[in-house]
Amino acid sequence: MVTGEAAAPAKPPPSGVWVFLEARRGALRDVSIQLIGEGRRIADKKKAILSGVLPGWEVEHLAREAVEYGVDDVFLVEDPRLETYLSRPYTKVLATLIRKYRPEIVLFGASKNGRDLGGRLHATIETGLAADCVRFDVTAEGYLDMIRPAFGGKSLAHIHCEKHRPQMASARVNVFQRPARDPTRTGRIVREKVDLVDPDMDTRIFEFIESQRRETRKIDEAKVIIAGGFGLGNPKNFGMLEELAELLGGAVGSSRKPVDSGWVPKALQVGQTGKTVRPDVYVAIGISGAVQHLAGMQESAKIVAINIDPKAAIFEVADYGIVGDLFEVVPELIRQLRALRDQAAAPGLPAAARPGSPAAG
Amino acid sequence: MVERFDAIVVGAGPAGSAAALVLARKGFSTLLVERGRAPGVKNMFGGRIYAWPLVELLADWEKDCPVERFVTKEGIFFLTEDSCLGVTYESPRPPEGGPASFIATRSKFDAWLAKKAEEAGAMLVTGIRVDGLWREDGRVRGVTVGADDRVASELVVIAEGAAMGLVRKAGLRGDLEPREVSVGVKETIELPAETIHERFGLAEREGAAYVYAGRASLGLRGGGFLYTNKSSISLGLVVSSEDLSLRRMEVQDLQTQFRMHPAIQRLTKGGKVVEYSAHLVPELAWNMMPRLVADGVIVVGDAAGFLINNGYTFRGVDLAIASGIAAAEAAETARAAGGMSAVNLSAYDRFLRSRNVLTDLERFSRAPLYLKNTRLFDLYPRLLIEIADRVYRVDGTGKERLAEAVLEQLRAEDVPKLRLLRDLLAGARSM
Amino acid sequence: MTDVSTEPPVRHGLRIIVCIKQVPKAQELSVDPVTKTLKRVGVPSEINPPDQNALEMAFQLREKHGGEVLVLSMGPTAFDESLERAIAMGADRAYLVTDRALGGSDTVPTALTLSEAIHKIGAYDLILCGEETTDSSTGHVGPGIAGHLDLPQITYCSRVEVHGTMVRGTRMVEDGDEVWEGPMPAVLTVNFGCNKPRQPNLTGKIRVKRGGLVTHWSASDLGLDPAHIGLRGSPTIVAKVDTVQLPQRKGRIFQEEPAVAVSLLLEALRKDGVIPW
Repeated sequence: MVTGEAAAPAKPPPSGVWVFLEARRGALRDVSIQLIGEGRRIADKKKAILSGVLPGWEVEHLAREAVEYGVDDVFLVEDPRLETYLSRPYTKVLATLIRKYRPEIVLFGASKNGRDLGGRLHATIETGLAADCVRFDVTAEGYLDMIRPAFGGKSLAHIHCEKHRPQMASARVNVFQRPARDPTRTGRIVREKVDLVDPDMDTRIFEFIESQRRETRKIDEAKVIIAGGFGLGNPKNFGMLEELAELLGGAVGSSRKPVDSGWVPKALQVGQTGKTVRPDVYVAIGISGAVQHLAGMQESAKIVAINIDPKAAIFEVADYGIVGDLFEVVPELIRQLRALRDQAAAPGLPAAARPGSPAAG
Repeated sequence: MVERFDAIVVGAGPAGSAAALVLARKGFSTLLVERGRAPGVKNMFGGRIYAWPLVELLADWEKDCPVERFVTKEGIFFLTEDSCLGVTYESPRPPEGGPASFIATRSKFDAWLAKKAEEAGAMLVTGIRVDGLWREDGRVRGVTVGADDRVASELVVIAEGAAMGLVRKAGLRGDLEPREVSVGVKETIELPAETIHERFGLAEREGAAYVYAGRASLGLRGGGFLYTNKSSISLGLVVSSEDLSLRRMEVQDLQTQFRMHPAIQRLTKGGKVVEYSAHLVPELAWNMMPRLVADGVIVVGDAAGFLINNGYTFRGVDLAIASGIAAAEAAETARAAGGMSAVNLSAYDRFLRSRNVLTDLERFSRAPLYLKNTRLFDLYPRLLIEIADRVYRVDGTGKERLAEAVLEQLRAEDVPKLRLLRDLLAGARSM
Repeated sequence: MTDVSTEPPVRHGLRIIVCIKQVPKAQELSVDPVTKTLKRVGVPSEINPPDQNALEMAFQLREKHGGEVLVLSMGPTAFDESLERAIAMGADRAYLVTDRALGGSDTVPTALTLSEAIHKIGAYDLILCGEETTDSSTGHVGPGIAGHLDLPQITYCSRVEVHGTMVRGTRMVEDGDEVWEGPMPAVLTVNFGCNKPRQPNLTGKIRVKRGGLVTHWSASDLGLDPAHIGLRGSPTIVAKVDTVQLPQRKGRIFQEEPAVAVSLLLEALRKDGVIPW
């Protein structure tokens, strides 16, 4: 039991910052890598060791990769039963290692599995877990300051776990910067064994259907997002956005209402109850700019808004905006972008001879 | 798994709540279902309730009934573009048997009456729209809501109001063909009580009920009304929907012009319009009234067509309450006779007549027809004003006597005396 | 036509416990500029929307397999409003664990308290929760209950199916749909928006009015140790709350007609290096 840890005088206090490294189909999840960077920063502040915990099967190469991203050592737990994430065995692994090594801080990426794991684990070992953090700090007393959005994104709450150890937090996906990878970096790989027995394998994966839509995965990592809102009027008009996205090499996103209305899948939803994204460019078309939506995209590098209502809230957070009828503006935007692209592809050619022009054939 | 009651009352307006109250008192397990989130929220009326059936319903109704003001002053006014001729009536003597009528707001009154029904033992459920009757073996066995939900009962009391959806589903009448559809529109204008007292010459708890003819409805068939609430005024119009569409007018514009009439402005100046509502009211001819009972079904209130349109406003709340009481009495009689068959429920007719509900409706059935006479709304009010003008003008050119003034005016307007006489007689007979 | 009150309760089909929370209606939230805390007074409440999806999931399972749907919550007595609504939607009964001592609970004592309440309810086949709440959005309580009760868990389900003694949940994960299967009893969390929650109906509202369907339990009714509940039992605290500072944006808004506005926009974006051409 970890509760009341601090009261036991004989043992040294818990120390070390851990990052849960999530392996997914042979690769480290982006958020795990992002967390290594943030974990490194916290560990340095606390002058502590940064360790990764990597349950999986045949994932030693990922352990080395983690070291190159910045962890000092990796607790590698390999077992065929850990090949794909399942709640109980992974919880058992984490709980066993935490009890054995007594870290001060454990960080998880808030992927679906990360949250599944954190939720079960924190109740099992009875310690605090702050969810979906967007920033971390270290207080003067040395606690971890776990900062997360509250009240629909209007506020930031600072969560502390003062007495229980480890202090645990999950970090929101795509909020922290991916650290640089240094192939010269070295670290220890500690092989750990956790006994997994049949009762631990209470669930099994019956079936996996990979997502067919490219956008489903693209939106999380896209550098350009063209997002549509209720102002589009009907699902067919998302086709315009797809054209625009294609031109700019981006992905299509959506605010909540089109998803609720069944026009586009939930995977496209950006916002408090959808995804948080930080693309280089976020173009909000026919989106009013409700706080819950802003919460998901306000950290985009550049925000462009197109809306017929000059008073729409979205204009308050936009770098650029066009007040106008999107049914006129978007086709015009597509037209002019195409012209720019064609011009760049064959400068100096008369318009008719440029690729893509009807006369060129 | 199916819930069951002795009686289900659909609609917690005055008719439904009155029926539920009396049914509960008589030992029927009663469900009162209202589609609004609270009783009264979906209802609209002119503003005045005639109190006589309440006296029968609740001996101590005055104790906590949400009365805005008791009507102590009546008025009838004729308007032209800028002038107004009126007669007011007030008397220190209260009418026999207590106050005859009072001014109220539906949201408060309906909620109060529904609460009384609950106190008597009825179960009130709100926010559910009953949209069907549960039929089995040719008789009604309860109600249905949507595709899946049903509740059983021996008797369904249809108190659903003028829309008459269930009445049609029950086969008690065919598709609605109103002989006359009126549009009622009303604004609530906030005004401090002291201002109301000053302008209307009233004391606390006293209220004025005014009706307006002539220019009020800009020549369309219908008229205006004004009721004083505690600290606001209900001002509105009832006009013929047919005339509205013929003249291509919007009822909000009519209402605004009515409010802007100098005579009205004098009374409402400085007040703030805080509420606006409009309601279509279909009127049925007496002989187009739905059948009032069927096996397991009885109809009360507006749903039964118990509305009297006297041209300036509607009288319906008192008839609704009376019919609710009568329906409960009919149910009791039917129960004693062995069941809620149409035959056993036909005692309803008797109970209605004993309260003059049907007789009044019959008697005033000719009023709507009479009120189709456009001269009433245009020519005659104008005439009266002109006459008044002549009578009251003293400019040194010599005064005629009243009779001369009248005849002179009639000649000037080219109004055939005979037609005028006929109109007067027809009016007297139908009103 | 038989009347429910005369039939003895029959245990057949699935017994499903749905954990719900009453939350402020999302759009109504605003922050008090002086105290910097959430304005909760006078704000209308609703059943946490993902919990509504969990309820609907439970109702559909009951329609298919028979059984009963019980609703459980932890909170102040004001939560009765949501429990009654759940019954009006079709739940069979509801339980509210309510006690001053539970105030200030974070997800650890919340999961513990709900787990103890579930123990007290007794036998069950499924525990359903919404994936997270709209006011705290942790998503910890469902898995926390699974951890406490040592049950299989399947989270982020858009579909739930029962096959004999096994339950299958289709998890919407980042790269697709993963169907997990596990033995009942199990804990499943249900995705927001995966189905259309039904409205309260007349029969449901009548059952609520008849009364007796909501049971209140105190902390001592569940034998909870005061050290492990409420603020005392919460490992985490909210140390402070800041209002968000949105980055200041340049905000050049073009109001010209489309052709002109678009060309101005593209010029600006080119200067910023955003457009490759």
